[in-house]
Amino acid sequence: MLRDEDRIFTNLYGIHDWRLSGARSRGDWDGTKAILERGRDAIIEEVKTSGLRGRGGAGFATGLKWSFMPKVEGPRPHYLVINADEGEPGTCKDREIMRFDPHKLVEGALIAGFAIGAHASYIYIRGEFVREAENLQAAIDEAYAAGLLGKNACGSGWDFDLYVHRGGGAYICGEESALIESLEGKKGQPRLKPPFPAGVGLYGCPTTVNNVESIAVVPTIMRRGSGWFAGLGRPKNSGTKLFCISGHVNKPCNVEEEMGIPLKELLEKHAGGVRGGWDNLMGVIPGGCSVPVLTKEICDTVLMDFDSLRDVRSGLGTAAVIVMDKSTDIVRAIARLSHFYMHESCGQCTPCREGTGWMSRMMNRMVTGDATLEEIDVLEQVTRQVEGHTICALGDAAAWPIQGLIRSFRPEIERRIKARQSTKTQAA
Amino acid sequence: MSTQEQPTSFAFKPEGLERAKAIIARYPQGHQQSAVMPLLDLAQRQEGWVSNAAIETIADMLEMAPIRVQEVATFYTMYNLKPVGRHHVQVCTNICCQLKGSDEIAAALKSSLSVDFGETTPDGQFTLSEVECLGACCNAPMMQIADDYYEDLTPDSARAIIQTLKQGQTPKPGPQNGRINSAPEGGPTTLTTLSFSPEKA
Repeated sequence: MLRDEDRIFTNLYGIHDWRLSGARSRGDWDGTKAILERGRDAIIEEVKTSGLRGRGGAGFATGLKWSFMPKVEGPRPHYLVINADEGEPGTCKDREIMRFDPHKLVEGALIAGFAIGAHASYIYIRGEFVREAENLQAAIDEAYAAGLLGKNACGSGWDFDLYVHRGGGAYICGEESALIESLEGKKGQPRLKPPFPAGVGLYGCPTTVNNVESIAVVPTIMRRGSGWFAGLGRPKNSGTKLFCISGHVNKPCNVEEEMGIPLKELLEKHAGGVRGGWDNLMGVIPGGCSVPVLTKEICDTVLMDFDSLRDVRSGLGTAAVIVMDKSTDIVRAIARLSHFYMHESCGQCTPCREGTGWMSRMMNRMVTGDATLEEIDVLEQVTRQVEGHTICALGDAAAWPIQGLIRSFRPEIERRIKARQSTKTQAA
Repeated sequence: MSTQEQPTSFAFKPEGLERAKAIIARYPQGHQQSAVMPLLDLAQRQEGWVSNAAIETIADMLEMAPIRVQEVATFYTMYNLKPVGRHHVQVCTNICCQLKGSDEIAAALKSSLSVDFGETTPDGQFTLSEVECLGACCNAPMMQIADDYYEDLTPDSARAIIQTLKQGQTPKPGPQNGRINSAPEGGPTTLTTLSFSPEKA
């Protein structure tokens, strides 16, 4: 188990003071000026060698992403945009950072902004997180008052402004180009890529979009060194990670653990184990609702990191671990996700706009068994028509849970259809 | 939406106008359109909902075509395009809450308010809505009322919260079962060995 000394988010549960004085006592804002004095290239190199991969779901190397920004600022200013639009069902980690450890994010924003040559940064926080936005704004105000942000931030000679921008309740704005559109005051509809944000992002300017957790771990990596971070976890899957454990465990919780921790150990050490014992486990969605469900056999041994979960045809995603015991109506659970994707489709691409509605209605019939056996294959085919045929990944995310359901739980769907048909026959 | 419930005009109150100007100043010159969402939110906080008149006022302030503001107001779910009750009770029924009994929470709220999802009580005090994931999944099941989250609900605690509001009092937000935020019930399994010295500087 990760030692407490190696945990980054030392106020995860809000037990301590989240304001500047409390944050400083936990080591935040310690020697920030000296970190900036090392220069842009050295900071990017340190983050690269730490092996940090983006904590928002895709797991792209953070340092590499930063290096895509132009080396010299041209006529167009650079922007850092921080994705705090946390809305992937199961995910509730960035919320804790923003309300209980906001200074980690604020300091990280300065360091990251400096590294990519940005003088301004926007934190796009989901609109429902009103209290979290209040704490974050208070932390920013404190940082300005203490000379840590603004003109000559931390005495570094670098001017840096940080703003909070509240969203309006649209899951799609977690997609980086939709987020940029939204920040520009439009409907949050994803853009075609290329061009990528590093070339043409916010207001047509070079932009880096990073998740809250990715940014908030940067100051600690800079202080303790990339070697320390890379020494935790497994190769290419380094560091610590916030896991959100929800569903059928005895004690749901957020917890920071080492990457690559076995799923079983994670659930038993921190979440009090599966309700009714490990053998009562039916399946786990390991990384937020957009990744396929794992069967118990896989859960027995799988490690919680990007590559281990990819190898079992799922993903670490946001590390939102949704646990389902044997009492779960798995068809209904997946149907609920289908409803979610229908609700959140932005309507831009026809396969997604029409397909998510179609799949949701079809899934509702699968819940009650009001379908024919052949329609299971039809449903599977429709998911293939949606998958890969849309601008952003929402179409894929809507398709995958259904594919995973049919792959792993087809007998259960068939059982319902047959049961329904036999009641109908009896009634007739 | 019937037209008679739309007011003919909208204006920000003086403090709202000040706030609006400060918001617009956060964005680079020529990009004041970025302020459209915060201004819609500000209008909603003043009136309880976003009327067509508010949309036109905001369009005017940001030099946008009203249809562009309308697009934004209709795209995002948080803007109420018709009046809602004084207390907007928003219950999450997404997967994590469903696994932890949001069916029972929803049923308790419906019976205690005598309304269905999407309806407002006749006295205009409560609107009940079903919403998508609110991002407090380790504290499921949960609901949001105004700006606060009420977490780790049971049918009884959900009813108690409604009762408190009916009595004109403010219920205590956060976990309703006494646990510390999103720490495991019974106390954290981590962060137990650290102590922090008070700030020296």
